Amino acid sequence: MNRPPLLWKFYIAAFYIFLFAPLVAVAVFAFNASPFPSPPWRGFTLEWFTGTAAVFGKPGVLQDPIWLTTIGNSLKVALPVALLAVVIGTVNAWLLERAQFPGKTFLAMMMLWPLVIPGVVLGISILAFFSRVANTLEDWLQMDLDPLRPGLSLVVLGQLSFILSISTLIIAARLRKFDRSLEEAAFDLGASRARVLRTITLPFLRPALVGAGLVALLMSFENFNTTLMLVGSDAPLPITMYGQMREGATPAINAVSLLVMLAVGGIASLFALTSKSQS
Amino acid sequence: MTTAQRLTLFLMMAPAILWLGVLIVLPHVEILILSFSERVAPRVYQFGFGNYLEFFTEPLYWRTFARTAIMSILVTAITLVLAFPIALYIARVAQGRVKAMLLLLCLLPFWVSELVRTLGWMMLLRETGIISYMLRMTGLADQPVELLYNDGAVILGLVYGGLLFMIVPLANALESLDPSVVEAGYDLGGSRWTVLRRIVVPHAMPGIVAGSIIVFMLTVGNFATPVLLGGKNGLWFTEQIYAQFITRFNWPQGAAFGMLLLLLSSAIVWAGLRLTRQGLGTTLRQA
Repeated sequence: MNRPPLLWKFYIAAFYIFLFAPLVAVAVFAFNASPFPSPPWRGFTLEWFTGTAAVFGKPGVLQDPIWLTTIGNSLKVALPVALLAVVIGTVNAWLLERAQFPGKTFLAMMMLWPLVIPGVVLGISILAFFSRVANTLEDWLQMDLDPLRPGLSLVVLGQLSFILSISTLIIAARLRKFDRSLEEAAFDLGASRARVLRTITLPFLRPALVGAGLVALLMSFENFNTTLMLVGSDAPLPITMYGQMREGATPAINAVSLLVMLAVGGIASLFALTSKSQS
Repeated sequence: MTTAQRLTLFLMMAPAILWLGVLIVLPHVEILILSFSERVAPRVYQFGFGNYLEFFTEPLYWRTFARTAIMSILVTAITLVLAFPIALYIARVAQGRVKAMLLLLCLLPFWVSELVRTLGWMMLLRETGIISYMLRMTGLADQPVELLYNDGAVILGLVYGGLLFMIVPLANALESLDPSVVEAGYDLGGSRWTVLRRIVVPHAMPGIVAGSIIVFMLTVGNFATPVLLGGKNGLWFTEQIYAQFITRFNWPQGAAFGMLLLLLSSAIVWAGLRLTRQGLGTTLRQA
């Protein structure tokens, strides 16, 4: 296999064009001076980013309250999800790598399980269960429990249900490589438990904690299937995009997509950097 | 174990138990129960198999289910065939920087939201889209060509979405193939094809299984791609679940559909793992 045949190289090239064609199409037409996201090319414009409704009758992304609110909603979901994923993931990793208790293998299997459940099924099951809980509690307490009804708080819980599996895996993999004699040395030198955790264990875990947080942030930001079943009136970005794509959107949707690509590219390269220092 | 240690262990276990109990196990018990409840009068439900019977008697439902399963298998197979030469090239031929570049370029599109990728395909394929426009400009077509809203578009979108999850496990598995084994195959007079079939593919089997399982799972559970690229002709089973839950507000029926989808997805995962005697953990880690 020293000299790959020309046909093979040709295929590789075609494959990468195929891979990037849709993304390039989205990016390029964000700058098209036309009210529709389709050819022909009518000249370069930034209207779909910063324009008011003056030129095309519809505002650009950064002037449109609909897009700004929906991006805000996505952040309101993604930040708590990332934070909880890291904190709970760390505790879970400790359980898997350090603790000894009966049923540990079973618990470890259970933690992987959410990854093989279709997202839509996770969504409907959480929706149905929390509705029952809310109905029961509301009858009993005689008060409204809106956080248990479809809405951003339920979306956070729904996304956590499977993102926790991933953050646990990432952090546990790092903890497994930890040399415990470092901790013992610190104890021997008279450090307290809290101090060892703060000065030895957590600094060692840091790349994995940052990595797990970034992955959780991305997965939350992009999740569609589970979120779709749990949203109320405040829609995160993928849900709004979906609605607009069904109705036929202006190139503002391309502009949003390009901004998302840039943000995601930034986060992904951050993650690549942290995982490089990890290995 | 001292009381303090016991307490620590209990406290550390609490988040995991809450997570798995409240967000996974109880919700699934809830839809299992829900799927066996029938409405006999407004707001009155009783135990029964009606929702499952409805599935088997209404052709739209079981046909959509069968269609989703068959198309997902087809998508998985196409993804495998398309991804194999790429993974082989990345793992065995490309070296150093080129190799890292090729892998990174594969990863990039998949960090971008599924919705953005689907938007790209819609812009390329639709009647007023880029491909149709280019066909007219070059004179290959004299009127707009609609490439969207058919099975081909759905399969294309799903294959595109699955590629990365196939390439990475395949490349990982091929990475460990010893070049001298391949050399030996040639020395013994094997043709390119024989070496591929008898040495390379068997060695890549763990990666093939891992990739296929993941791609199948993602495809069967997909919602946005078939709905947006297929339009009315998309007919994906997740859409039926959504319709029952959100549009028609018939939760017991939707719950039964959800259980069936879960069953299909789990059955394929289980069969795949049994077929090759692999553990779930190692398979997921490979991805």
